[in-house]
Amino acid sequence: MSDDADVKNLPLDSIHRELGAKMVPFAGYSMPIQYKDGIIAEHTATRTAAGLFDVSHMGQVRLRGDDPAKALETIVPADIQGLAVGRVRYTMFTNDKGGVLDDLMVARDEQGLLLVINAACKAADIEHMQSAIGNQCEIEVIEDNALIALQGPKAASVIGQYTTAARHMLFMHHQHLRIKDVSISITRSGYTGEDGFEISIPSDAVEEFVQLLLDEPDVSPVGLGARDSLRLEAGLCLYGNDLDPDTTPIEAGLAWSIQSRRREEGGFPGHAIIKDQIDNGAPRKRIGLKLEGRAPARAGAEIANKNGDIIGTVTSGGFGPTVGGPVAMGYIETDAGTKGDSVDIMVRGKPLAAEITSPVIVPHRYHTV
Amino acid sequence: MGTKYTEDHEWITVDGDTATVGVTDYAQQQLGDVVFVETPDEGNAVSKGGEAGVIESVKAASEIYAPATGEIVEGNSALADDPALINSAPEGDGWLFKMTLSDAGELDDLMDAAAYKSYVEGLE
Repeated sequence: MSDDADVKNLPLDSIHRELGAKMVPFAGYSMPIQYKDGIIAEHTATRTAAGLFDVSHMGQVRLRGDDPAKALETIVPADIQGLAVGRVRYTMFTNDKGGVLDDLMVARDEQGLLLVINAACKAADIEHMQSAIGNQCEIEVIEDNALIALQGPKAASVIGQYTTAARHMLFMHHQHLRIKDVSISITRSGYTGEDGFEISIPSDAVEEFVQLLLDEPDVSPVGLGARDSLRLEAGLCLYGNDLDPDTTPIEAGLAWSIQSRRREEGGFPGHAIIKDQIDNGAPRKRIGLKLEGRAPARAGAEIANKNGDIIGTVTSGGFGPTVGGPVAMGYIETDAGTKGDSVDIMVRGKPLAAEITSPVIVPHRYHTV
Repeated sequence: MGTKYTEDHEWITVDGDTATVGVTDYAQQQLGDVVFVETPDEGNAVSKGGEAGVIESVKAASEIYAPATGEIVEGNSALADDPALINSAPEGDGWLFKMTLSDAGELDDLMDAAAYKSYVEGLE
């Protein structure tokens, strides 16, 4: 029971319990892994209607000052100076080996930058920012806001009932809006591959807002279990599994997040290695895997080619309800295989047949136009 | 002898020379949606508390333990096509395997239905 003393409650804790959530400790918080209907139903509801996620465990940070974008560029490889007000970019904190310390979303508004960082890396990221750029900009950890995500094909029509402005936002755009007299910060983005929104809202207003959304017939509460199966099918990295300090964004297939000016100019940790990998190729690459049978393969399982040589490792794996079978993500030696190739994944000493695919197994449906 | 239960949330029902083993309703609730079951092969020898297969749910793999020592007679082949039987009928059609018992006395210290019910209540 002593573990519970270190576990914090989310602002929506009582709603989760009322809904019959199975709570587990995660990144220092008591979090809902699933609700009554189970992971498969929640996952499917998100891809067919709308799923509502409590992601308040994540870190929300405001950067302010004369030029927070220039400061942030010293520790991330994305073009932040060129990020216009009202736009959002995905990027990562890199280390001297070009490896990833955390991945994050950066939004620009009139007051500076708004960052969303992973819960497990919150303390380390903040410490990293303080020591690297604390003298160049003001770093404020936003403690009083909850963060919720509404994801799925019906997300826009649901949120549109409360604010028409949200309906017209494009993917990776940001706005400050008022909903029912509450100031919210909203981006059209998410972690499921579906259209959707992430909404930062004061903790003292989130319960009422969430009740409104949950009363909508198209909205289902969705826990961490389905959050993981959704992002896995969509080929989105999970820090700690698919990204880590020994993995570069190029190996991870994230070169697209490093805009050309930054590739040339550098000015972030690990630039030389990253530039070399962009120009000359990286030793490993991230792949998707579709397994033939029903048995899932999970992180750590070895990937073998048809000659029996080990060519890589699974970094994330599980069951994909939309795919209807087990799916996985992993890394292989760059020249060891390509999309369409058959491989074996070693699970409990047995080879499970699989096919190499793009990590994006379920196509994205972002609202880009 | 009625159905007996283990602390790992498995049940075992003896019928003549064979015993049928499965997981309880409490177990399937904890597991969540089951997506794959690996049942032990016919002819395998198992010991009480030893591994006797795996249940894969969406989130994780969970080991199945043999509640007694003996030999596997049959794994439930229905689970290959419909692993979700474990969720919908854990104490019926979702049985895991049948086995012979080397020593029926091993079941004496397992819980009966009433004791298992109290045990589960104590966990919640």
